[in-house]
Amino acid sequence: MTGAAPGEPIDLCGIALRGPILNGSGTFDAIAARRAFGDSLLERFPFDCFVSKTITLEPRQGNPPPRLWETASGMINSIGLPNKGLERFLAGDLPRLAELPVPLCVSVMGFSHDELATLVEAVGSRDEVALIELNLSCPNVETGTLVGADPSETAAAVARVRSVTERPLIVKLTPSATEPAAVAAAAEAAGADGVSLINTLKGMALDPVTRAPWLGGGTGGLSGPAVRPVALEQVAAVAARVAIPIVGMGGVASGADAADLLAVGATVVAVGTESFRDPAAGRRIGAELAAIRVATSHIAAGSSL
Amino acid sequence: MSAATEPRTLAPPERRIAEVKRVERIGAYDLIVARDPIGPADPRPGQFYMLAAGERWGGGGGERPYLPRAFSFARVEALPGGQGADLSFLLEDVGPGTRRLGELAAGDALALLGPLGVGFTRPVDGRRPLLVAGGIGVAPILCWDDELRADGVEAPVLLGFRSAGHAEAAALFAGAPGVSTDDGSAGRHALVTEPLRSELERDPQVVVYACGPEGMLVAVKFLCEELGVPVQLAVEAGMACGYGACFGCVVPTVDGYERVCVEGPVFDGRRLLAPEAPAA
Repeated sequence: MTGAAPGEPIDLCGIALRGPILNGSGTFDAIAARRAFGDSLLERFPFDCFVSKTITLEPRQGNPPPRLWETASGMINSIGLPNKGLERFLAGDLPRLAELPVPLCVSVMGFSHDELATLVEAVGSRDEVALIELNLSCPNVETGTLVGADPSETAAAVARVRSVTERPLIVKLTPSATEPAAVAAAAEAAGADGVSLINTLKGMALDPVTRAPWLGGGTGGLSGPAVRPVALEQVAAVAARVAIPIVGMGGVASGADAADLLAVGATVVAVGTESFRDPAAGRRIGAELAAIRVATSHIAAGSSL
Repeated sequence: MSAATEPRTLAPPERRIAEVKRVERIGAYDLIVARDPIGPADPRPGQFYMLAAGERWGGGGGERPYLPRAFSFARVEALPGGQGADLSFLLEDVGPGTRRLGELAAGDALALLGPLGVGFTRPVDGRRPLLVAGGIGVAPILCWDDELRADGVEAPVLLGFRSAGHAEAAALFAGAPGVSTDDGSAGRHALVTEPLRSELERDPQVVVYACGPEGMLVAVKFLCEELGVPVQLAVEAGMACGYGACFGCVVPTVDGYERVCVEGPVFDGRRLLAPEAPAA
């Protein structure tokens, strides 16, 4: 098993984390959660690094409801990246997120290279931001290609923004790529400091009465335990191709699930849909993982005698 | 609305286990009474909890139900000592989640998170409260009526149901609520908006508090706007988390889409757009 021993700080692209549990981007709104739970959220913060929702240059309303559909062991969402836009994020949200007791990773998406560079430069210039995640699950408006699905498109996007910030850049990979490991390798060669995967799998649900698409956005992204085996395979494949750190995620609901992703090469693990069931899931999973690693290290120590 | 003034009791930041004390069959509904030993004893009427059965709910080989379900609390009784409460939830079997919750029996574990969202706000400017509910929407109206009565305020209560079986829930109220049914099998044969219109034309110096199906809420909103009466609507939306994480439960408002679990579930009726209206 890779990574630090239980209780020791973890290094993620040069940023020291108190533990190996992150949230998946867009699966936890720390500002809204603080309205519901008050400062007890900060005292018992469930993650060791907080990843923001994806920020775009302009404000977005997101997709029309309905936005959710429960599936067998999971859910499909069609949210559509609602956010306040860069300006209001920097002015309003970033100071509040800086109050969290853990390092901050800001996720950004641009609809062109210039837009992405503007976002990365602006976010990277703020002291509150430790890491930047590039959400490349958007089409190139000129070619129509999903940037994150294509190695050369991904390399071009990373190369464009690499020069505008010294902050660590983590590229979020899409499981829709023909070969995610090839995209990861292209990102690494272009200067990415890490990769995160998997994003949701594209899916669809129909209204049980009308048989018309249920989700307001037509299609959505599948997440939850249903995608866990896909995540395990893709993290393993990516780990075999790149040397940079990997943020592994996809259906993690227990310490054992996290241990699986670490075992195939993830550096840290992100929790997403499970937090919807319990806001403290990240803490529970971190504790379960620590217990597993202590037990595993005892076995390893015993076997070496 | 500023965080300091909104009618919101804070929740512990984790899911906890309550013990089911009893389950009562009330006509077409089940009333689950659960002892929550940890949470606040003073949730605000209109606030809600995310519920899941402690066993056989996702995990393992479980398929659906997977996500917890949102329920307004229907009644709260503080436990001695200032911490914890017996919480009542009204549910109707409409899908895999409510079916599983309906199977709970005394002694079973009920996983819950809450209270969540913002509740009803007291009337101002000398107005009196008028309570309206449709179907399962009686839940937040019941605890709101309980709280108003505890303060000596007897508000008129108008309830609408599909039929007599559902209308048995009217017996939960301490007073004598007006009952209408869609099929005339109990009370007045009318939609609840008919007696509401009569009541508002007789006495418009009120604030209307309403919860019920979407069609009813839209009708109540437009009726109140027509007659110049303020209205607070407790709305329902499918949600995965209940605390603002999933962004799934949005409704269109004059300020764009807003999350029911963060800005609601109680909204000023003037701020809500009818569902067919395009978003800002």
